[in-house]
Amino acid sequence: MSGNMNLTLKVWRQKNVKESGRFETYTAKNISPDMSFLEMLDEVNEDLIKGGKDPIAFDHDCREGICGMCSMYINGRAHGPVKGVTACQLHMRSFVDGDTITIEPWRAAAFPVLRDLVVDRTSFERIQQAGGYVSVNTGSAPDANAIPVPKDNADEAFNSAACIGCGACVAACVNSSAMLFLSAKVSQYALLPQGRVEAKRRVANMLKAHDDAGFGACTNTEACEAECPKGISVTNIGRLNREFAAASISGE
Amino acid sequence: MTKFFEFLNSSVGRKWLMALTGLFLSLFLIVHVSGNLQLFKNDGGMAFNQYSVFMTTFPPIKIVSYLLHATILLHALNGFYLVIRNQKARPVKYASKKDTRSTSWASRNMGILGTVLMIFIVTHMINFWYQYKFGAMNWKTYVVEATTGKVVKEDMIPAADAATQNLQPVTMDYMGNTIIICKDLYAVVAEAFKNPAVVAFYVISMLALSYHLLHGFQSAFQTMGIRRKKFEGVIKGIGTFIFAILIPALFAAMPIFFLFVHK
Repeated sequence: MSGNMNLTLKVWRQKNVKESGRFETYTAKNISPDMSFLEMLDEVNEDLIKGGKDPIAFDHDCREGICGMCSMYINGRAHGPVKGVTACQLHMRSFVDGDTITIEPWRAAAFPVLRDLVVDRTSFERIQQAGGYVSVNTGSAPDANAIPVPKDNADEAFNSAACIGCGACVAACVNSSAMLFLSAKVSQYALLPQGRVEAKRRVANMLKAHDDAGFGACTNTEACEAECPKGISVTNIGRLNREFAAASISGE
Repeated sequence: MTKFFEFLNSSVGRKWLMALTGLFLSLFLIVHVSGNLQLFKNDGGMAFNQYSVFMTTFPPIKIVSYLLHATILLHALNGFYLVIRNQKARPVKYASKKDTRSTSWASRNMGILGTVLMIFIVTHMINFWYQYKFGAMNWKTYVVEATTGKVVKEDMIPAADAATQNLQPVTMDYMGNTIIICKDLYAVVAEAFKNPAVVAFYVISMLALSYHLLHGFQSAFQTMGIRRKKFEGVIKGIGTFIFAILIPALFAAMPIFFLFVHK
């Protein structure tokens, strides 16, 4: 087909968490510009399997940009060159014939590489488990209008809750800090009356889980906001800083 | 107390410490640059030398100066710790060149800029502060006509004579004139800035200060969680025009003035 591309891929290959990895070069032939980035890798993997070689391992699930599983550092940017999308929503039309594409896993002490492009993001889950919830008694669903919530706060909480936990903020950050993720998770509850009950404990515990996991500290470069596929704002980080200081002064 | 140390040792707490100490140092810069503007006065250094006496003898200022030295150390050591901790958070670096269009150069290089400033502060203190406190310095006598405020007579007292007489700074009225005796720091400043290498070092350091404050000032407010949307314009405006441009430019103008203009 005309318009199809041939590309050179430099892909990080690593057997497991213990062994050190290296870059391997592959050619992706006859790639349609309408393919997604992951479909392009599927094609490359088909060829590898036919040739009796190990396919490139990468994380993926929904391929609709909402699960947050795909995690690739493409040509120096988390999720590749297009703003506001995950790697699965990146299309090959963003590249031109003959391009060399370097694909690396997220790099952070808190995200060890499990294999090739797959990283272990359970550190995010530990942060969530430390306080990313509200404790409620089970029973029948409460009346939707029983607790009044200002519309602005509801909207802002919803924006924060749009975080899919993909880890692009960590990957893009010069300090491998997870402040954008952490602050979005803290904010989505801090803004709602249901979340205020445990607010002080939540922010302290979640920040401790963040620091213990080995993420860096924020220096306000704001690379995270620029690379976030869901457009999470660094305003959340300001809110986290405020919440944490207030909790440390007045918390139990 | 454990709660307080937990706060201070957390990544966010350390950022608060960075922000608060940084803003205190920024406030100091306003005082420092305003006082030093007296170097531009054409009065044989009288105003500047008197100001130096005041800054080193007035008890509240002395207390603030110790606080200032402690703050500089705290800011530098905490910054150093954060740089190390942040480096450790990414043991394996990326192979591909990072796309940096979304971030400012200053924001990514605060550690390097801070190191330049630390070297500058040490040099600057050896040049003038140490010299003033412990060095052998010439003294100066000014006779000012009380009615007109004009300097009618100035005399230099050599360092050796001042030492043997155990001279103390004084301001006294004598027959309708005011007599001022003080260390001549102005002459030390003028002498130091006749050296082009010293001037170049000071100007380059002020460039580092400019970039450090361009990111640092507005970053401090983000760290403190001051709502961005409401105040972002004002904070970035003050940070850019006053702290990153005006203050470093005024400081840099001082060595340049002594090298090229002052006779």
